[in-house]
This record gives sequence, C-alpha cells and structure tokens, in this order.
Amino acid sequence: MTEQTETEIVPAAQPASGKDEKYYLRFTLPQRYLHAVLFTSFLGLAATGLPMRFSDNAGARFFARAVGGFGAILFFHKFCAIILTLAFLYHLKDIFTRAVVHKEKGMFWGPTSMVANWKDVKDLVGHLRWFVGLGPKPQFDRYAYWEKFDYWAVFWGMVVIGFSGYAMWFAPFFAKFLPGWALNAVLVVHGEEALLAILFIFSIHFVNTHLRPDSFPMDMVIFTGKETEEEFKKKRALEYQRLERQGKLEAKLADKPVYWWVNFAKVVGFTAILIGLVLLVLTLIAYFQLNGGVG
Amino acid sequence: MNLFSFVPARFLHSSPAGRGPDEFRRGNASRMLEPGQLSAGIELPRRGRRLNRGTLNCARPAAGWKMLAAGIFVLLVLSLPCALYAANNADCLACHADKTLQNAAGKSVAVDGDTFHASVHSGLSCTDCHSSVKGFPHPDHPAAVQCTTCHADQTKGLEGSVHAAASPGGCLSCHGSPHAIFPKDDARSAVYPLNIPRTCGTCHGSERLAKKYGLQNVYSVYMDSIHGYAVSKEGLLVAANCMSCHGSHHILSHKNPKSPTYKANIPATCGTCHGGVNDEYLGGVHGKAVASGNMKAPVCTDCHTAHAILQPTLATFRMQSTPICGSCHQGRFATYGDTFHSQLGLLGGYVQTARCWDCHGAHEILPASDPRSPVAPGNLIKTCGKCHADANASFVQYQPHANPRNRRLNPALYYIRLFMNLLLWSVLGFFALHTLLWFIRSKREQDRNGHAGR
Repeated sequence: MTEQTETEIVPAAQPASGKDEKYYLRFTLPQRYLHAVLFTSFLGLAATGLPMRFSDNAGARFFARAVGGFGAILFFHKFCAIILTLAFLYHLKDIFTRAVVHKEKGMFWGPTSMVANWKDVKDLVGHLRWFVGLGPKPQFDRYAYWEKFDYWAVFWGMVVIGFSGYAMWFAPFFAKFLPGWALNAVLVVHGEEALLAILFIFSIHFVNTHLRPDSFPMDMVIFTGKETEEEFKKKRALEYQRLERQGKLEAKLADKPVYWWVNFAKVVGFTAILIGLVLLVLTLIAYFQLNGGVG
Repeated sequence: MNLFSFVPARFLHSSPAGRGPDEFRRGNASRMLEPGQLSAGIELPRRGRRLNRGTLNCARPAAGWKMLAAGIFVLLVLSLPCALYAANNADCLACHADKTLQNAAGKSVAVDGDTFHASVHSGLSCTDCHSSVKGFPHPDHPAAVQCTTCHADQTKGLEGSVHAAASPGGCLSCHGSPHAIFPKDDARSAVYPLNIPRTCGTCHGSERLAKKYGLQNVYSVYMDSIHGYAVSKEGLLVAANCMSCHGSHHILSHKNPKSPTYKANIPATCGTCHGGVNDEYLGGVHGKAVASGNMKAPVCTDCHTAHAILQPTLATFRMQSTPICGSCHQGRFATYGDTFHSQLGLLGGYVQTARCWDCHGAHEILPASDPRSPVAPGNLIKTCGKCHADANASFVQYQPHANPRNRRLNPALYYIRLFMNLLLWSVLGFFALHTLLWFIRSKREQDRNGHAGR
C-alpha cells in the first residue's frame, strides 16, 4: 500500500505539463471538510451497521466480536450517526445562510444549482447515446447530472436513514406519535435504504467519480479543492466557457496544491476507497448468502 | 505401598488360577504357620444379613425363667463362635496382611486389615463371604463371593438393569474393594454423593466405552454443568449426581417407560428437587401437552439438556436457549432472527436482549389468549417494560415477530419492503449499466487518444 502510494506520488506532484499549469478552485475548504466528515462517518456507519444487518454472517460476527461485541458496535454506530447528523445540520444551515441571508443567486435554479433541470435530462440521454456511439459527448456545467444524483441520493438517504435510526434509538419517545407498526417499519426502511446507500456509494459513486478512466485512480479535487485548467476545460467545458464569458475565471484561479497535502489526501482517499471496496464485497457476499442467491 | 487399594477387587476373591497355599510365594518365610495354629474348623453361624459381634439376632426372649435360662445358654453357645471371630480374621490376615502376597497368577491377594476393620463390613468374618473356605489349607479355587447372600434386593435390582450384562466387576465396579466398603454417607465411600460422578465416570467418562455401547461421553459435560459444579466445587450434597436422576441398582434405559429418565417421567424426576419449577411447568402449555401424551412437547431436558445443564442467566445459556426453542418453533425463530433482539445477541458481548423466555416465560408458558400470559395484550407494557422502561401503549404494538415477507400477516411491512427493494434494485441496476457503459466508452476513448489526453 505504502509502496504503491509512493510511486504514484512523484508524477502527480510534478505534472508533466510544467510549472505554467493553472489551477482553479472548485470546492471551498468547508465543502471539502464536509465531504471528509461525510465519508469518514459514513464508513464508520457502514462498518458498524452491516454486521448488525447481517448478524447471521460469520464474518460479521467475527468482526463484531473482535471490536468488542455488539455494545461497542452500537456505540460507534450512534457516535458516527451524531457526527453525520451534525454535518447534515451544518449543511442545511449553510444553504439557509447562503440563500436567505446572503441572497446568493443560482442556489435553486440555473447552471450552478444542485437542483435538477431539463438540461440534466437531456445530458443523461445524450450521455447514454454517446456510450453506445449514437451521438456526441454532452458538455457539462458546474454539476453534472450524476453528481446531482449523488447529492440528492445522499440527502434523501440521510433524511430517511437518520429518521428511522433515531426512531429506533428513541423508540418509546417516537411511539408517542407513531403507530406501533411504524416501529417495525423503521427497521426495514433503515436497513434497506442503508444497503442501497452502501452499495451505491461503494460501487457507482466510486467508479463514476474516482475510478473511471478520466479520473483514475482518484479525483483529487474533493481533497485539494483545485483542478488543473486542462481538467476543468475537459470535464466542465460549459462552466469554463461561461466563467470566461462572464470574466469570472480569474477570480477562480488558485495556487497549486501543496505537496504534503496531496500525499496526505491520497493516503486518506485510497484508504477510504479500499475500506469501501472491502465492505462492498463483504456486503454482496452476505446479501446473497442470506437471500439464498436469488437477491 | 498398599497394593490392596490398587488391585481390582475381584482378584481378591478366589482366583481360578489359585493353586493352594503351598504354591503361594511369600515375602517372609518366617511367617509360615503350622496348620494347628489356625482356628480352622470352627464354623460360624450363617444367620442372615445383620450379623453383629456379640448380639446375634437368633436369640429370642421367652417367657418364664426356664425359657430365659435356656435363652441365655443358647446365647452363650452361639456367642462362642462370635468371640472366636476375631481370632478367625486374624488367622486369615496372618497370611493376607502381607502386602506382597500374590496368587499363582500373580494377582495380589493381600488385605489391609486396618481398612477392613474400619469398613462397613468390619463386623463380618472373612469366611462369612469367602464361605467356601472352611479351614486351612483352603481350597485352591475358593468359590466366588456372592454379595447377594446379604444384599438380595440390590442384586435383584441390578439384574433387571442396563448394567446386568454390561458390568464386568459386578457390585465391586461401583462399590470398590470389598474390604474397604464404607456407608454411603461416609466420604470414603465410592457411592458417597460427592464421589458418585467420579465412580460412574470410571466407565462413563471413557470414549472407548461410550463408543462401544453407543452412549454419550457424559462425564465431562456433567462436570462442567451447574450440577457437576455444585458437586465438585461446592461440595453440595443435595446437588443432583448421577444417581439422583438415574437411580442406583435398578438403572433402566431412558427408552424404558419405567425409567426415571424416560421422557414422560422427566418432569417428576427433576421435580424431586425442583418442585416449584415443576408445578409451574405442569401449568404451562408444554407441561399440559406432555401430560396429555404429546411427546413432541419439551420436558426439562429438551431445553436445559440432560447433563450439560447451565445456570440459565449465563450468557452461554441465554444464547443457546433461543435456537432450542427455535428447533420446534421454526417460523417464530426465523422472524425473531429479523429483529434487533436477535441481531444484537449474535454479535457477541450483548446477551441482555430479549430471548424467547424473557417475554413468554420459561416454565409456565401460556398462550397470548390467556390473560395471565406475559404476552397477553394487557400485560405487554409490563413485559416490554422489563427492558424498555418507558414503554407505552403504542410502543408495545411493535411486533417482535413481524415478517416483512408475509403479505397476509403484515401487509404494511410487506409493501414497504417491496418498495424499498424495488428502489434499491432499480437504482443500482440502472446505474450499474450506466457506469459500465461509461467506463467502457471512456476507456476506448482514452486508448484512442493516448494517455496524454488525461
């Protein structure tokens, strides 16, 4: 692992295109922190939640016992849940501040918004056509349709999994205004939605964002916040052109990412991807064992 | 070294290989006795089973002085041999006290006089049991000792038991050397309550023997059980040892309806000590079913096991008990497995979550329709409240055995699970295809443009 990382660090830190390469800021520091908190707490939740979901599985039992049994697992699960809840609330507060207090434009509509629009539908269709060679490759703006899907999937997931999780945690309290059968339902919903999140993040998100040939082995922009001009032009041509047109490109210029930070981010990022992939394999094994191979 | 205690007792009887006194190899030639020195030829009365020195039960009180005088006379006459008994045993020991004494077959025929005189048989003379020995020199092959002469009831019990054929050493297999038998309440006795497991374990702790007779090797599991622990560690005389459940001489197979370990008899057998639990059990569904002849219903040993009985509050027992209930109640066990209650326990270190009997009761199990049942609707708040302190009426509507796969029983849950599954597989299916195609396309594009286009 260390060796592999070392060999990859050198070319990345000294780009072939030389020192003239320009960097543009894509994610602010709070956004990058938010992603870091999100994925670490998500990994913790997945690693502790999966053994509970598949408690029949020998590997799950082995892991749970090795880390101190169910008590330890649940404690860590709840701990990560609180961290993620705080991150989610911080994000809501951030949206509120930007949209309501600072009256930032383009939050809910337009090319820089996370909200899906008609162009996303056309992009999806166009992209699919391009996959099979039926049309040109669509050009994307600040957020592509799959990035918006990732965002909303996580958003919806946190609401659903979070609510059902707290309903189980504080069952007698929630029972004051929920019917009895809802207490049964929350476990089913929590488990199934979490399974969807885990399978989606560790396979689709990993490949779409990090492992596909254009970004392989990892898209460092979420860690450094910056990407090269070449990457920017290629991946988000519409945004680049728009900013150029509006004369806002200069404002986005940033320093080259610091050497040690890139290395650190790579260690963290690859560790996260490795953990995710291991969990993905274990989850699939446990799932198909439990369901007798029929899904 | 006291050879006596190590030599299997049966070799102390007449040996078929015995060739008479002349052929005995003696460790000490000076102890050779002249035949005249022996008080041989005096025959002791054989008066039944309670033979005590000095007071023979052959003397009967009679009315009238004549009768009394005659009685005293008879008593004196009959006492004479008894008075000579000590001399008789001493005579035998003159040779047999020699610890190195062996018969022609090389088996020790030594007797430890001190132990014998302390034993329950100390009141007997050697020839009471070794009745074929009338004097010295005694026969080359003294007849086998018949314990049944005095212990007829016990031998009769043994004859009909599982040990009738299996036991090569007869009485002595369990009771040990005949010259060192102590009352069963004497700690030196092989059948003293605290010694019984070890005594039975001589055979029943043997893999070879267990295999030969198709038995379980029960000794070690018993010793690890709560009963075995009570006997071996706590020295509890009232704790169940082998005999408490199986009986002693007339031990029958558990397949024999007369056996205390026959399934239908087990509640009564355990109930000998666990009377309160047995009463509860008899009032519950399982007890009633067994009483009505339904032998599929569990008795004590089906849940607690026969020999490996654990303290029920132990984590091991809490964990092993649920699958035991589940071996009959399969459907309920499967749905229990879907719930938090089950999942928590399986992951280790957390066994407090509800096991079957935490909610349903252990011995007096009643159907939910019975208002006395802990799972009757009226008692749920109290029952759930044992763990969930603030359980309320809505909270207890939670179904601990809900089955999301069963549309008829749990329609809401069924459709929620169906929706979640459809969502899961449609999202994953779509994006798996999407991402796969994308991956292939990008790879081909990249290969065409060369890696510089990264």
